[in-house]
Amino acid sequence: MSERDDIFARVAAQIEPFNRKGVDVTEATGFQRDLEWDSLTVMDFVAAIEDEFDITITMNMQADIDTVGQLVDAVERLKGARP
Amino acid sequence: MTDQLDQPDDVNLADLPTPPGTHDLLAKFQPLIREREALLATGVRDPFAIVMTEVKSPTRAIIDGRDTILLGTYNYMGMTFDPDVVAAGKDALDRFGSGTTGSRVLNGTYHPHKDVEEALRDFYGTSSAIVFSTGYQANLGVISTLAGKGDYIILDADSHASIYDGCWLGNAEVVRFRHNSVDDLDRRLGRLPKEAGKLVVLEGVYSMFGDVAPLPEMVKVAKKHGAMVLCDEAHGMGFFGANGRGVYEELGCEADIDFVVGTFSKSVGTVGGFCVSNHPDFEVLRLVCRPYVFTASLPPSVVATAAASIRKLKNAADKRAHLWKNSRRLHAGLRELGFTIATETAQSAIIAVMMPEQETTVALWQALLEGGLYVNMARPPATPAGTFLLRCSLCAEHSDEEVGQILRIFEDAGRAVGCIA
Repeated sequence: MSERDDIFARVAAQIEPFNRKGVDVTEATGFQRDLEWDSLTVMDFVAAIEDEFDITITMNMQADIDTVGQLVDAVERLKGARP
Repeated sequence: MTDQLDQPDDVNLADLPTPPGTHDLLAKFQPLIREREALLATGVRDPFAIVMTEVKSPTRAIIDGRDTILLGTYNYMGMTFDPDVVAAGKDALDRFGSGTTGSRVLNGTYHPHKDVEEALRDFYGTSSAIVFSTGYQANLGVISTLAGKGDYIILDADSHASIYDGCWLGNAEVVRFRHNSVDDLDRRLGRLPKEAGKLVVLEGVYSMFGDVAPLPEMVKVAKKHGAMVLCDEAHGMGFFGANGRGVYEELGCEADIDFVVGTFSKSVGTVGGFCVSNHPDFEVLRLVCRPYVFTASLPPSVVATAAASIRKLKNAADKRAHLWKNSRRLHAGLRELGFTIATETAQSAIIAVMMPEQETTVALWQALLEGGLYVNMARPPATPAGTFLLRCSLCAEHSDEEVGQILRIFEDAGRAVGCIA
């Protein structure tokens, strides 16, 4: 499993408790469009991702993350940037 | 990379024909418009369109020709009809006219503006006080100016809209922590670059559930990570602490809060906002804070009423005691009737009744109004965790008899709607 696959698997696992519609999660899945999350769910999910990977996803960055794939990209980048 | 490289040679979006008609920018609000129409079609009245035709006192008004007890005003200390406060406003109106027509930094600073800032410095025991035209603008201005590019703002997830908007107005990086969680704040601060400037934004009382922040523990964590702390005491001023400064005074963390933001539109009983601080360079904000500079100052009568009210609030220990008695009695009484309250105990003068969904919430709200009681209805997204609330805020001027009446109205309305047995 590549590091990216590993990140995707961990992100997908964090999505599950919030995946009330039982959407099949792929890189193209949209948080708002497909999972239909409101801003409060997004807040809880982002906090869970931050704690899972020990990273900071600022609200500024969140504005540019619409899909699971974009989030995996961001996590990969943020993990690499960490001291 | 230029735009040209991203587009095929033969397509230039600007050359495409414009669709016929005007693109209606309000179309995106259709879902909300339809939801409201559907709600109002069930026969309930609009909870966001109340008109008070006469206001008799801090606790009474005429709504639809009916004498109504006000239990949703944030007029905690009941200063709006205080004779000294009203007299100060009338006097300033006579002496200084109806408005300043100018910015504080140009032609908009009159003696009453300096006087209310002196009253604030005295009330808070600080070296500086800056008055803004609203509490919203105080947060907007102070937060966006303090935290600049490369700095971090760390805020509670349940923060007021004015705090969020202060973040958007500035250029700082914004990080949220889970509501009132000291560990979550600690973890998030620990992940940020050590050398970066950090502003932790807290509130003494969170206005939706009326719960209080664990300020001593949060301030300790913030200081450990080298952050400055701003505390919004909009819902704490007047009745927390020996001098009525707020929750931070009551919990003994005055030495560690760098900036206190507050409002004149709750306990003070008029409109306006402020920030007080002991920072030696705080006054520079008057020159660099856009929501302070680029707006007209408050009318002189407004700041004169605020100054008179603040000076009286300092010595209002009896009123504080009565307000707390009212709040505890309402909390206990509503629980006894079978309502669910957002907090285990009465933590502030806000008692939030938790409701199941929108229809029952509006039905109970309307039954209360028809029974002669006005409370605030709150719904997502203003509320945390998708909850519907009927929010009650008590006043020091509610008499013991009125609190009894309020409980009876809740009992009758609750039974009629079927919320309680």
